[in-house]
Amino acid sequence: MPKVTMVEAIAMAQAWELANDPSVVVLGEDVGKSGGVFRATSGLFERFGADRVQDTPLAENMIAGMCVGMAAQGMRPVAEIQFMGFLYPAIDQIVNHMSRLRHRTRGRLSCPVVIRTPHGGGIHAPEHHSESVESMIAHVPGIRVVCPSSPARAYGLLLASIRDPDPVLFLEPTRIYRLAKQEVADDGVAAPLDVCYILREGEDVTLVTWGAIATDVLQAAEQLAAQGISAEVIDLATVSPIDSETILDSVAKTGRLVIVHEAARNCGVGAEIAAIVAEHGLYDLLAPIQRVTGFDTVVPLYRLENDYIPSVARIVDAAKATLAG
Amino acid sequence: MRTVAEFRIEYLRQLSPQGRPLDELPAFAADNEELLKMFAAMLRARTFDAKAINLQRTGKLGTYAPCLGQEAAHVGVGAAMRPEDCLAIVYREIGTLFWRGVSMTEVLLYWGGDERGNNFAVPRHDFPWCVPIATQTLHAAGAAMAFKIRKEPRCAVAYIGDGGTSEGTFYEAMNLAGARQLPIVFVIVNNKWAISVPIEQQTACETLAQKGIAAGIPGVQVDGNDVIAVRDCMARALEKARTGGGPTVVEALSYRLSDHTTADDASRYRDEAEVAEAWKTEPMIRLRKLLESRGVLDAAREQAMKAQFTREVDAAVQEYLNTPRQSSDAMFEHLYANPPPYLEEQKELARRYAGTGRPSH
Repeated sequence: MPKVTMVEAIAMAQAWELANDPSVVVLGEDVGKSGGVFRATSGLFERFGADRVQDTPLAENMIAGMCVGMAAQGMRPVAEIQFMGFLYPAIDQIVNHMSRLRHRTRGRLSCPVVIRTPHGGGIHAPEHHSESVESMIAHVPGIRVVCPSSPARAYGLLLASIRDPDPVLFLEPTRIYRLAKQEVADDGVAAPLDVCYILREGEDVTLVTWGAIATDVLQAAEQLAAQGISAEVIDLATVSPIDSETILDSVAKTGRLVIVHEAARNCGVGAEIAAIVAEHGLYDLLAPIQRVTGFDTVVPLYRLENDYIPSVARIVDAAKATLAG
Repeated sequence: MRTVAEFRIEYLRQLSPQGRPLDELPAFAADNEELLKMFAAMLRARTFDAKAINLQRTGKLGTYAPCLGQEAAHVGVGAAMRPEDCLAIVYREIGTLFWRGVSMTEVLLYWGGDERGNNFAVPRHDFPWCVPIATQTLHAAGAAMAFKIRKEPRCAVAYIGDGGTSEGTFYEAMNLAGARQLPIVFVIVNNKWAISVPIEQQTACETLAQKGIAAGIPGVQVDGNDVIAVRDCMARALEKARTGGGPTVVEALSYRLSDHTTADDASRYRDEAEVAEAWKTEPMIRLRKLLESRGVLDAAREQAMKAQFTREVDAAVQEYLNTPRQSSDAMFEHLYANPPPYLEEQKELARRYAGTGRPSH
């Protein structure tokens, strides 16, 4: 089995689908000859040609809108939006059309589209390149939001996203694109959507997270273990819709919940998770829910980005706070 | 059948790539000191540019978007503008910024990951760097609308790249400017490459200048490596806008001699022979030759200018490197004029954990 980085796994999954499903087309800015600014489509243009792997003109709303048209007519576009800050121009097409074409036409037309986009900060990137605004799209009915936390999960979840009959916003945590290599079988086996993945089992406190910061949460769990605290780490994976069951089961066991995300706190996905537990698991809670999140500010330029992204120390302290008293 | 509309795009060039005047030069070009000032501005931008790339390569600057090869377009535009005009830049136009008084240290701070780089001491009214492609064109149109409403003799200038002209926003800005006859000039710096996508794959248009035609705006193409032609063309477009004549689209033809940014490697997608060919028409050559032929520039004088700019850049780099990082409080400052109270709590939290985050890559 090859050991690959997350970004390589993402290219592998796209190659698998291009090879096995003639309706799949990869498109976006610089995804062709250049292989993508992060190399996430590396080698695809050479292997599958300019019709299947298309460099588009520079226009994000155009990318999203053409995906609606292609998908409604039987294609499966896999589009790249170069950075999450450039998703904003595409929101008109995503919200007004992509997410609701099935609903509007009573199932006559649908939009099996994947929009891949980098997610989060921590890579010294320029302004508008470090956004994590998954809650903006999670709020929109009719589209899924998926965010992997490891190479293997990226491969499996991207396959599932491409095969899904509905649109998926697939968030790729740039900070861990190349952080670690993992053995990933290039076997075309998808990982299911709409379920959480338990990354580490524990008894005392539940830590729910997703994306790049999952690696920091695992480190925090390790530090907590050294202090005699057993933390269960849940990777949300599908950010919307949320798999409530796995989270509620875990909270029923631990009685304590810490939600960790890089995005800002206000109306973040963490608020939805907290509401689910308040509605369905309140009597299991032994302590108030803690949220460890980015601050409610503009993501700062890179000199301050490490003060913005929650640190392992913050996560550890929040977990311990649920156990105090 | 009859023809109901036709259009024509003129191409302007004053100097051949070898510095030979092709026609009678505009009045300002008779002033050698003025031309030397423009030459110096191009050399100054190029000197800074090389140093900035070097700083990025040695880990002292973040991703940087070089201007190499486009200095004439940027300086020509800057020289034609008045200080009170309003500029909306993209992310490459240091030649214009420096001309208008933005400091090298400010530019370094911005690309060095510090918001203070957007807080230009001079000019206070220009828009900051603009990474989201084409969005700045609407800001410039809005600025022009403000000037028109207030009857101020001021113009807005919006830069955009060749790739940016594919964005819907650009058409919206041109349409508004045409419909309301706003005092604005759109400057398309066509450097032939939008990261890896060449202009031929970006559009089927023969010229980008003609994109203005559908908005009812005259378009003109200019040799963007000819600083005299750029300045002349811009000066006329600005004069027209300032006196109620409406907007113009100027397409300055140039070439991106560098990578897109320091995060890019153009050798993956671009033929080296094409780049070598483009070096033959780069903008410094022709102005240098003209000034040499007039006896006001020689190798020694250029060396002296270069040495002076190197010292100036080095001093700016030192100032930049000696500028202490902002505290975590900076994240919360300037977010609202009247911040909500919970931000105070978050500011305290950020202070408590400042420095505990992982180091950046």
